[in-house]
Amino acid sequence: MLGRTAGGLYWMFRYLERSENTARLIEAGFRIALTRSGRSAEDWASVIDTAGARAAYAGRGGRMEGGPVIDFLLRDRQNPSSVLSCVEAARANARMVRTALTREVWEATNECWMVLREALRRPVREPDLPGVLGLIRRQNALVRGALHGSMLRNDVFDFARIGTFLERADNTARILDVKYYVLLPSVSHVGSSLDNVQWETVLRSVAGERAYRWLTGGEVTPRGIADFLILDGRMPRSLAFCVGKMAGNLGYLERQYDMRHPCHDRIAALKAGLDGTTIEAIFERGLHEFLLAFLSDNAALSAQIERDYRFYG
Amino acid sequence: MTGRPAPFDEMTGGGEGPRPPYRDYCAWFGAEPIARLRRKAAEAETFFRRTGITFNVYGDAEATERLIPFDIVPRILSGREWARLARGIEQRVRAINAFLHDIYHRQEILRAGRLPLALVARNPAFLPQMIGVAPPGGVYTHIVGVDLVRTAEDEFFVLEDNARTPSGVSYMLENRETMLQMFPELFTRVRVQPVQDYPMRLRRSLEAAAPAACPGRPVVAVLTPGLHNSAYFEHAFLADNMGAELVEGSDLRVVDGRIAMRTTRGFQPIDVLYRRVDDDFLDPLVFRPDSLLGVPGIMDIYRAGGITLANAPGTGIADDKAIYSYMPEIVEFYTGEAPILRNVPTWRCGEPDALAYVLDHLSELVVKEVHGSGGYGMLVGPAASRRELAAFREKLTANPGNYIAQPTLALSTVPVLTRAGLAPRHVDLRPYVLVAPDRIDLVPGGLTRVALRRGSLVVNSSQGGGTKDTWVLED
Repeated sequence: MLGRTAGGLYWMFRYLERSENTARLIEAGFRIALTRSGRSAEDWASVIDTAGARAAYAGRGGRMEGGPVIDFLLRDRQNPSSVLSCVEAARANARMVRTALTREVWEATNECWMVLREALRRPVREPDLPGVLGLIRRQNALVRGALHGSMLRNDVFDFARIGTFLERADNTARILDVKYYVLLPSVSHVGSSLDNVQWETVLRSVAGERAYRWLTGGEVTPRGIADFLILDGRMPRSLAFCVGKMAGNLGYLERQYDMRHPCHDRIAALKAGLDGTTIEAIFERGLHEFLLAFLSDNAALSAQIERDYRFYG
Repeated sequence: MTGRPAPFDEMTGGGEGPRPPYRDYCAWFGAEPIARLRRKAAEAETFFRRTGITFNVYGDAEATERLIPFDIVPRILSGREWARLARGIEQRVRAINAFLHDIYHRQEILRAGRLPLALVARNPAFLPQMIGVAPPGGVYTHIVGVDLVRTAEDEFFVLEDNARTPSGVSYMLENRETMLQMFPELFTRVRVQPVQDYPMRLRRSLEAAAPAACPGRPVVAVLTPGLHNSAYFEHAFLADNMGAELVEGSDLRVVDGRIAMRTTRGFQPIDVLYRRVDDDFLDPLVFRPDSLLGVPGIMDIYRAGGITLANAPGTGIADDKAIYSYMPEIVEFYTGEAPILRNVPTWRCGEPDALAYVLDHLSELVVKEVHGSGGYGMLVGPAASRRELAAFREKLTANPGNYIAQPTLALSTVPVLTRAGLAPRHVDLRPYVLVAPDRIDLVPGGLTRVALRRGSLVVNSSQGGGTKDTWVLED
């Protein structure tokens, strides 16, 4: 496979994953805005922070209100992480790697782009928002389904999956980091209504609120949430799950090509770091420090994969 | 176009009932509710959009990806009609390859005085870099598109030869695919010769022209200028269906005397490159130095026999419109036979007598730029306004050598489905010819382009033309 094709697949799936994450984040913000009164500016500011877009949003001069924030995250072409930007970038990459995709995956991606571009042609009115957000998730699910149902399990598949999980791990770690102070065990905050809402934001933005309640019997504790999102290998958006998947796909590449690269050492170290730790140890070291280190390792892994498999040169 | 006889209609032939090739189709059509057909036509458009069968339009920032309109009424040729065309096309393509070999080697045709020296020597399509080069297998034009028009039951003319990088074959294939999906019952009623194996035949043909030194199965790749090229969809489509890599210039470099592509496992040499990048952009060291689309050094490797380029550089000299007017001589010179397919009578405006005639009859003629393509820069006299004629007259007198003129042929028509039912529209036909060292291969049919505006003779997709599925029947 061409290095450029591998890169295109990787980015196609990173962008698709990002579009879905952004949609989930909006959903969490919207739901919280609906279910409580007051402090809505703070809530939307926190959504913008979680999207890692505070500077970009400030640059656009938008106010911290539902309408403009949602429009920025859904449709703003100046915002590279908006759903529209992501879907367009994913589709451009898919066109570039068209020969590596089955017709089903290409058509699902092309349709995803056509449907969402149409749905996002104009600002989305509040009554239509739940429908549009559902549409974004569904279109993503169709691409994922086509990928699973029609693609050979070879290097093409591996690069697509590595892109997905690298983006997802980055997203989960960022959400946690923006909210790390909420999760820090602090006497004055635990149990207050502020905390509950913030936790809910965290869990909802990774679509984990039901799973978490189901697993813990509804006991919401900062440690419990952090453990769930960092170390629980059953949770498909946790860091441990994503890292485990990347290790698997990079391992397949190593065997298929019969070539070991520096990225294999990096993923092994990342995985060993998660496998060999506990949530207590993480809190002891400092959750923020832990997450910063993870984000930086994850980014370094991405850069190493790009080099090792000659994405650009 | 008043006062002219009605053009030949391929469905009716001017008579009451359908001509024989259309009989079965018309019987089926007559029993179909028109509303159902219209719904199907709308479905076809959705199908094309979803599949991403689009082309990019230059200079159109808003709708950068457009569909070529597709008409659901097929254009039908009998097996007998096709067999005759196929013989003529094969003869012509054999002559074109012999001509290219000659013109880049001993130039016998110039020595024999059958072709003016100036036409070659001062022609920008003639590449001095190709003189004395022996392409692998002796093939110059691996893929040729021969544009044909029809004026009567037995009258076919070659309008032009496309010997550089003929495009549109993906539409031929997708049109058939679309028809099979929409009207499966039609294909059990009417026996149509298949075209769907074109990509595999293309691959076989390209493999057969691999460099002699190539060990084992040749590695084939398609070179595209990239996503923004108007034919990108087709490049990806062909690579995909041939099982070949789709590469860009930035993926390629010279490694150990070969052209190699950058893969996830290192650099892998390529044996045959089906390049959809023009000569000018192929090698910045030899042609345009500012080109980012090609591969520095590829011409050296090519001349040393390290890679097959399909088509070979310099084939444009054979589809030049000024050379076109000499095609009957060229066919006869190299095959020793009379041409089976006719040329359209052509005035070379560079010749004073011809120019005088053309200026006198401008409103009756079609005038084309010698090096133009895609329907740009041409004048269709009968359809032009007085002002357009005057403006063109000025361009023509300023640089007559740049133009040729032809009579406006009464192109045959085939009905299209309009809101008001069936209505005749002018069509042409581009069959695709594959040339391997030992044989010439044609898929039965080709791309039928149709001028969707009533009375229009311009079928180019960039100028409001559409396409139809083309059927060659099993007789």
